[in-house]
Amino acid sequence: MALRTEPFVLNMGPVHPSTHGVFRMRATLDGEVVIDIEPVFGYLHRGIEKLAEQRTYTGIIPLTDRLDYISSMNNNFAYCLAVEKLAGIKVPERAEYIRVIMAELQRIAALLIAVGAFLNDCGAYFTPFLYMFRERERIVDLFEMASGQRLTYNYMRVGGVSQDLPEEFMPALRKFMAMMPRFLDEYDQLLMQNEILIARTKGVGILSKEQAINSSASGPVLRASSVKWDIRKADPYSVYDRFEFDVPTQANGDCYDRYRQRVEEMRQSLRIIRQAMEQIPPGPVKADVPHLIRPPIGEAYARIECPKGELGFYLVSDNSIAPYRCHIRPPSLINLTALRDMVRGWKVADLIIIFGSIDITVGEIDR
Amino acid sequence: MKFERYGIGIAKGLTVTIRHLLRHPTVNQYPEQRLNISRRFRGNELVWNQNKCTGCGTCAKACPQGAIEIVTATNMAENKYVVEKYQVDTGYCIQCGLCVESCPYEALYFSHTFECARYRRGELVQGKEDMLETPERKVSGYFYPDKANKLPKQTLLVEKVTEKR
Amino acid sequence: MATFDFDIYSLVGFQAVPPDWPGGFWWHWLFFTVVIISFVLAMVMGVIYIERRGMGRMQSRLGPNRTGPFGLLQPVADAVKVLLKEDIVPSAADKLVHWLAPVIAFAPVLVIFAVIPFENGALLADLNIGILYVVAISSVSTVGVFMAGWGSSNKYSLLGAMRNVAAVVSYEIPLVLAIVGVVLIAGSLSLNQIVVAQSIPFILLQPLGFLLFFAAGCAEINRSPFDLMEADSEIVAGFHTEYSGMKFAMFYLVEYAEAVAISAIITTLFLGGWKGPLLPPWLWFVVKVVLVFCAMVWTRTTLPRIRIDQLMAFAWKFLFPMALLNLFITALQVLAGWPTQLIWAMIMVNFAVMAIMVLIWSRFFFRLGWGRIEV
Repeated sequence: MALRTEPFVLNMGPVHPSTHGVFRMRATLDGEVVIDIEPVFGYLHRGIEKLAEQRTYTGIIPLTDRLDYISSMNNNFAYCLAVEKLAGIKVPERAEYIRVIMAELQRIAALLIAVGAFLNDCGAYFTPFLYMFRERERIVDLFEMASGQRLTYNYMRVGGVSQDLPEEFMPALRKFMAMMPRFLDEYDQLLMQNEILIARTKGVGILSKEQAINSSASGPVLRASSVKWDIRKADPYSVYDRFEFDVPTQANGDCYDRYRQRVEEMRQSLRIIRQAMEQIPPGPVKADVPHLIRPPIGEAYARIECPKGELGFYLVSDNSIAPYRCHIRPPSLINLTALRDMVRGWKVADLIIIFGSIDITVGEIDR
Repeated sequence: MKFERYGIGIAKGLTVTIRHLLRHPTVNQYPEQRLNISRRFRGNELVWNQNKCTGCGTCAKACPQGAIEIVTATNMAENKYVVEKYQVDTGYCIQCGLCVESCPYEALYFSHTFECARYRRGELVQGKEDMLETPERKVSGYFYPDKANKLPKQTLLVEKVTEKR
Repeated sequence: MATFDFDIYSLVGFQAVPPDWPGGFWWHWLFFTVVIISFVLAMVMGVIYIERRGMGRMQSRLGPNRTGPFGLLQPVADAVKVLLKEDIVPSAADKLVHWLAPVIAFAPVLVIFAVIPFENGALLADLNIGILYVVAISSVSTVGVFMAGWGSSNKYSLLGAMRNVAAVVSYEIPLVLAIVGVVLIAGSLSLNQIVVAQSIPFILLQPLGFLLFFAAGCAEINRSPFDLMEADSEIVAGFHTEYSGMKFAMFYLVEYAEAVAISAIITTLFLGGWKGPLLPPWLWFVVKVVLVFCAMVWTRTTLPRIRIDQLMAFAWKFLFPMALLNLFITALQVLAGWPTQLIWAMIMVNFAVMAIMVLIWSRFFFRLGWGRIEV
């Protein structure tokens, strides 16, 4: 005789220790098994797209910093690419190389936080999180040296970057590159082969290849489901076609593979930075662009590979100093549409882990 | 058979943690020990050079937030503008630096301080006299490399060797 | 059908009261009650300090270091803070159950220390069923936890309390079986006798038993990696979400006092209790308890936590068969007279048995727990 049970709704509210920001999920549970899940977001909506219609093209750059506040250089990069495509501005060589170095360093920093937060959700009580932050501190020191701030850099401008790198930057970067691979190996030793972690994440939350492609997932989530798609190789922008790097993929598409994928991507970023450091030429760092840009009437869409996926900016201009429309394609939101299929049938503890492995930032979802 | 899974993964993790016990922790006891912040630090306040400023208003137009307010009057005798009111609401300011970059006369700088908390929001608005350069409000080298070279070098974590105790 | 003559003086057996103890056993009991309460409270404060500083150093930061020199007064600051907080009871809660839960959770933990020897013969009551008493009493605090989960009228708390009850009941069995191995070698259930019988520490003679007891003990007291009952990142705070003020302090105290209790039991059973050269015996006891606790802090810092169904599968499919086999092999060795005659052979055979059994059973570890359930 089966016991009659009824499902109940658990609200993992906007304020929760592990929802990575103000994000709310209403999960329908039967005992401990998740039957359905309904995400509710919008708690961090700041109206960036509307504000962008009232700022000049240069004045929008500080706004784009605050979208995905963890990887702020990449947001600046995408936006500047969109404006340069719209207005037909050519960027000098040295500025391109500086942009690539900054973007890849930022990718390492953002992936460190993603991996640290994921392991924190798995229960390894802050230890990997703090180790990640120690390494991120080294990168953020470099950024502070170049731009003056530690989180919202506002470093790239339309036509290049705002200032040249100081002369202490390259020696410090070399020291960082010398010590980082050792840290990644120590990190592998800490938790990559831990039996508890493997039992917890292998086979959990599988996103199959067809599901990933159909739901427009991008970034490490897509590549961990064995789809070899990286915008830096498929649709190269800036000077990425001059560097030699691999695009790693993983076979299964479960949480362990996503974790592994992020660590492998950090290694590839180190390769790119090393090559960029050798190839960087001297020269000007900003094209001769006026403060108030008036692009001709038209529209442009520029996309980059940001640490979370494909970040795109769509700009429509009507020949005035502010854009007519600015729309942002947030990778976290599009990756999140696959959450429901990944989670159904697993338990509450797995819900948290799967959600952490997709790696969202609420600032991007809500804009 | 690969030997690494039968409890060896846990043992490896445990050795990493115990090695950290013997290392020097990467901490800094603020406020007794202060690190040197970046030479190009975008501080919380602005420093205004009254002699060079002509009241053109480029900084106010460049600010995305509209935090700078300038009122000028004409002085026909010396044939130039007199800046009557130059007011910055540091509560609105997001420290983006577009005003500093856009000034054509190099009259506006960032300050090199960050400890400027006040008790009331009204006290965050700074007028002409509060914004002059004093020995406490040093000028930061953001966008001006000659001023940057006079400041002390930034302490970097990569320089601090943490492997030895 | 045996009758037993319950004579209270027979509990106060052969060496419990030192011969020149003034006043008889009522004074003995008063003295030891005071000693136990002060020992538990002092050790809990010390242990909280060790955990926070130790975890901090392992995470490449300092622990608390502002309250007092080297942060030594941090537990005092915690206690003062918790005493001054407002006591909030949810309006839909069952008031009596909510109030009674911390008391029922804490009382058994203090009572366990009655049979743990601090020195040769220095314990509150030298019961000759010592370790059985410990096992029986430690299950009572689970009732307190379940009352806390139920009386809070909160779905998170109920989830946490259910998980806790399931886990504690499952892990009792490997715990008891690991203890029985030691009892077989020592020949008595009384803790004082077990310590006296350890000419070499039993950790060498029962390495597998030590590992089993450590794992099952950590699961009993909700410590990482089995701390899903109060997992911060999943169900906010588990069964003590709705508690504040002094009642929360009781639950906090319960967690650390149970950790001290399990460490004390491990010391008496496996590490040789108060035995050691040079230092006075009670100091050796404290040092060993602190060492075992440091091992618990070490595992807490490093390991992620496991899921509820994996927890249950770990107890029933991994620890329980190994405990049975360990018991069987130890029983054979005791019958053959090895603990007294061929002690070095026994050590080597037991270590080899541990290595082989862990290797064989780990092959089944990754298939523990259920996978995805079709909805």
